[in-house]
Amino acid sequence: MAGSAWRSMLTQVVGGAIRRPALSSFSRGMQTVTLIPGDGIGPEISTAVMKIFEAAKAPIRWEERNVMAIKGPGGRWMIPPDAKESMDRSKIGLKGPLKTPIAAGHPSMNLLLRKTFDLYANVRPCVSIEGYKTPYTDVDLVTIRENTEGEYSGIEHVIVDGVVQSIKLITEEASRRIAEYAFEYARNNQRNSVTAIHKANIMRMSDGLFLRKCREVAENYKDIKFTEMYLDTVCLNMVQDPTQFDVLVMPNLYGDILSDLCAGLIGGLGVTPSGNIGANGVAIFESVHGTAPDIAGLDFANPTALLLSAVMMLRHMGLHDCGNKIQTACFDTIKDKKVLTKDLGGNSKCSEFTAEICRRIQDLD
Amino acid sequence: MTARSVRSLSGALKPLFSHRLLKVYGAATCQRHKSSYTPPPAQYGGRHTVTLIPGDGIGPELAKHVRELFRFCCVPVDFEIVTVDSTMESEDDIDNAIMAIRRNGVALKGNIETNHNLPPSYKSRNNLLRTSLDLYANVMHCQSLPGVRTRHRNIDIMIIRENTEGEYSSLEHENVPGVVECLKIITRPKSLRIADYAFRTAREKGRRRVTAVHKANIMKLGDGLFLECCKEVASGYPEITFDSMIVDNTTMQLVSRPQQFDVMVMPNLYGNVVSNVCAGLVGGPGLVPGANYGVDYALFETGTRNTGKSIANRNIANPTAMLLASCLLLDHLKLHAYAQMIRRAILSTVTETRLHTADLGGKGSTSEVVQSIMNAVQSTGPYTLSI
Repeated sequence: MAGSAWRSMLTQVVGGAIRRPALSSFSRGMQTVTLIPGDGIGPEISTAVMKIFEAAKAPIRWEERNVMAIKGPGGRWMIPPDAKESMDRSKIGLKGPLKTPIAAGHPSMNLLLRKTFDLYANVRPCVSIEGYKTPYTDVDLVTIRENTEGEYSGIEHVIVDGVVQSIKLITEEASRRIAEYAFEYARNNQRNSVTAIHKANIMRMSDGLFLRKCREVAENYKDIKFTEMYLDTVCLNMVQDPTQFDVLVMPNLYGDILSDLCAGLIGGLGVTPSGNIGANGVAIFESVHGTAPDIAGLDFANPTALLLSAVMMLRHMGLHDCGNKIQTACFDTIKDKKVLTKDLGGNSKCSEFTAEICRRIQDLD
Repeated sequence: MTARSVRSLSGALKPLFSHRLLKVYGAATCQRHKSSYTPPPAQYGGRHTVTLIPGDGIGPELAKHVRELFRFCCVPVDFEIVTVDSTMESEDDIDNAIMAIRRNGVALKGNIETNHNLPPSYKSRNNLLRTSLDLYANVMHCQSLPGVRTRHRNIDIMIIRENTEGEYSSLEHENVPGVVECLKIITRPKSLRIADYAFRTAREKGRRRVTAVHKANIMKLGDGLFLECCKEVASGYPEITFDSMIVDNTTMQLVSRPQQFDVMVMPNLYGNVVSNVCAGLVGGPGLVPGANYGVDYALFETGTRNTGKSIANRNIANPTAMLLASCLLLDHLKLHAYAQMIRRAILSTVTETRLHTADLGGKGSTSEVVQSIMNAVQSTGPYTLSI
């Protein structure tokens, strides 16, 4: 009785902490966000997002930083210290697409960011966009993917010539953490159920551990329905009827495949938002498409993915009204089909698309 | 000289001439017999014996329908039924099944359930079958059927999946409490073998393009080795285009534009994902048969390997997948006429009479569908038992 009251209060406090990271930044009403424009079309879509936020009068102050990898003391690759310091202060980041050069010697920038800020959860809400027609309608699900271990631990050995062993690492700590985040997310966003995805019939110990942790955490969230499903069953059912899924939580590889599958259902990476949640309240929201170097600087880019990720960021910070306003304007513009960028089927420029959204926001006020 | 003496003379000289004769006629015979595969011998009066493992869930009822249909069509196949009790911890049942399959060479099976809450010492029975019999290639042919309503049309994808290694090696350990390591093994011989199988099949069936599905940007050594082996084999088949695609991009492409794929080859786990996605795209688990081929043995089952626990014994399961798998079985035994007859009847039921079970949005029961198939066979086929 008293124990459960204490626990529920604790979860409320923790939930509140996840939602509003640094209270001090609110003091002046303006929240600082580290903006990483990225490469290729990154700068132009970041400018588009900043313009739209200005039109919506969002209380956001942008701090632009570059995250080109530099070699730190000791020879280890790291992100520039000013970028790290800005992120540590603001706790929230918005990132455009980053180029991974093939023979640069340093690891992928995304990987570096993930390691630096311990971004353990990758959240991808997939909602069908009304104006952008795909064979699938009424998709409304969220994939939450464990981002630090699993099959992507990068531990591989050549045992003898011609035999390679890759190690998939599943730990209790990481599984518990991602399960807790999934249930917290479901609760904070009024979702009804969480489904754990696994292949424990084959990988009994590893996925078994992941499942056990999910089940344990589910005990503390009795208001949310918890189910478990095999990966192949999910894939089979997802392409036949995606409406049956709500929040999905899974280890790294399955998450990678399924989140891209779900992105494909709603129209691809050009319209899918994504967020990475880290320890200590850090969160970096990003667009997951590539840098598109062939159209960089030509004003052809589609800022929807970065814009929707920015809306996700606003919701994460608790600025729901602002987020809803921007999202409605964006979806209305796409639904109207008059001003669309090339990849959405129109022939307007990025700046025209941005201006149209800004106009709608001002009309909504 | 009389004919008999010529014959005896040629018999005596055969060892001398056989080599040259083979060279002259060899090319011609090779054209006729595309592969050197011979089916298991039909002993016992020209009738084949096939191991039948009913499995769990909808397995037993579908196995019954297969036997019923074969009896009706007078197919010269006798089934040796081996039940595997998935609730028993001992492996005697599955060992018996494996021995029966070794004896007969061919098997038809339903899916055997694996309770994943049991400790790791209880291995998946299906996996044991595949690895013990070295059924290295899992082949699934997903085709859009005219009578089935799906979101995508004109899909024709052949999925060839490595069936014995990769993530399904079941090698796991917990060195430190709370930290579990699971090993994914990729070997050169097995990767070469599956790639070779894929290209050979593509050539035999006249397919133009083979796509390797991998994640070599992350698993550089493991999937990198797989990709390298595929490239090596591809160089020996210049008429077939070879390309590769990363698995997450593949699933995205499959749900937006599945018509671009032709033949796909991949390691075990990605095969699981891709085959289930493709089965979902063409109409669901009730429609697609699957085949597992090894060097000496072949095993046929439904493509997506579901037990269908929730619809068991309710007469609503879709028998199409299992019956098409039995047609693949007949093809494997070189009983092509029977296979074509039954396949034509099944497809006419699905596409023309549109008698669908619940999973395809219809109201038919399993027995109604099977009856309709038997009617179709009777109206077109030669000899059947009376209905």
